[in-house]
Amino acid sequence: MITEAAAHAVSRTTRAERLRIVATLTRITGDWNLAEDCFQDATERALDRWSTDGIPDNPGAWLTTTARNRALDVLRRRQTEHDKLEKVHTLAELEHTPDNPDDTGDGNPDAETYGDDQLRLLFMCCHPALPLAGRVALTLKTVTGLSTREVARAFLVSEATMSQRLLRVRSKITNAGISFRSPPPHRVAERTAGVLSVVYLLFNEGYAATGGEPFRDELSLEAIRLADLLTRLLPLDDEVHSLRALLCFQNARRAARVDADGDLVTMEEQDRGLWDTEQIASGLDSLIIARSIRDTPGYYRLQAEIAALHSTAVDAASTDWVAIVARYDDLLELHPSPVIALNRAIALGFRDGPDDALVELTRLEATGDLDTYPLMAAVRADLLRRADRVDEAIVAYRLAVQSAGSDAERRLMQRRIEEISSR
Amino acid sequence: MKYVMFVVGDPDHTEEDAAAAPDLEEWFTSVRPTGKYLQGVRLQEVEDATTIRVRGGELLITDGPFTESKEWIAGFAILECADLDEAIEIAARNPMAYEGRLELRPIHSMGGPDD
Repeated sequence: MITEAAAHAVSRTTRAERLRIVATLTRITGDWNLAEDCFQDATERALDRWSTDGIPDNPGAWLTTTARNRALDVLRRRQTEHDKLEKVHTLAELEHTPDNPDDTGDGNPDAETYGDDQLRLLFMCCHPALPLAGRVALTLKTVTGLSTREVARAFLVSEATMSQRLLRVRSKITNAGISFRSPPPHRVAERTAGVLSVVYLLFNEGYAATGGEPFRDELSLEAIRLADLLTRLLPLDDEVHSLRALLCFQNARRAARVDADGDLVTMEEQDRGLWDTEQIASGLDSLIIARSIRDTPGYYRLQAEIAALHSTAVDAASTDWVAIVARYDDLLELHPSPVIALNRAIALGFRDGPDDALVELTRLEATGDLDTYPLMAAVRADLLRRADRVDEAIVAYRLAVQSAGSDAERRLMQRRIEEISSR
Repeated sequence: MKYVMFVVGDPDHTEEDAAAAPDLEEWFTSVRPTGKYLQGVRLQEVEDATTIRVRGGELLITDGPFTESKEWIAGFAILECADLDEAIEIAARNPMAYEGRLELRPIHSMGGPDD
């Protein structure tokens, strides 16, 4: 019989230790699949054993030892079957791996090595040669150990689709020779940026979801945990701290984004009392660290600065729109993107009024870059509503209903039509 | 791991990109001593290509390459590297990465030049 306490302890320990244990075993055995299988095996044993004998004092060390012993068994068997000498070094190293990462005796890898192993595994999962959707799914699976079925549910795709996606990305890693190692020094910054973009995508995947999908919320929380971990693994990279800050600020608004009926509430209309002040404070801490590491703000810093200005404003009207537009200007200079330009236009609407923003919007539309952007009609409709151009706004909202990406967005657009029609 | 590095001509680059391209001789000088460059082939112009098909038992011979595109295969090299990252570093220093593009394709374990 598996007890609830044991199941809970296994899932908590897995969450905290999985990446470290799998990464260490991958380095030592040189076989990622073996490391994954051995960890899986160890958690299954833990469920049984902890249910009957109780939970050990150090569950992480227990899982490490069990997974390592399993790897030893498998390698020994392979060794007798195949090559005689090749794996001897591996076996010796496995036998001398400490159970506890803090236990750093002579010749044992120290905490830094463990951190490097975890980074190597993340760099591998987030390798730019892999398809993006595959990187995000594989990273989630590797960090959490969720089943393919659970990962599929989280990304709102069928289990078959996800299974295929994971299979493809894993076989590319093997066939194309993507190896378990850190990038060369001159590539670390760009490869780290690649890891950060996967974490941000993971967060957004969960954040874009509407209410009633607790599984999707988990994705965002997982992304924040991953950002936390990265701040420990790469403490001197300011963009890592900035990304963590950005995720904290956005996640702090989670409870206010959807009303009791499951309808979307725009930031302007959100009950700011529902914002998570602790998370905002934690985000500000990370932002301060990022500023102290480097003067010149990067891509995530500028976004975090914008989010911080929102998070610390009492209401939409008293928000420092002058500073926000200025950060958007910096962001556009650093990273020209039509969507950032659109967000800047929205901020401009709050700073200078809807008429100026509509002029800017028309200019952006003329470039054609945003032709396929689903929120374009909604942005125009909102600006027209603010400018009291009711008839034009209704037409624009009807277009926005058609291009809405989710039911919740559609309902929001319909609600707007009703609101302004009854004025 | 062995990779074929296809060298592809691609007009989609700026004059600044082309100006920044390193010298091909320098590339050879830096790559040859590493033993990672096994061999390379430079092809005649695409206009000299002939495409061959047999369909319904009939031999079809046509002038030109098998794809209609702005890009063309200008040559290829065979690299032997520890992993993809190593091959990427070699490819990134080739002038054609600036003036065209390079495609790294791992050679299937069943059948390579020396297998």
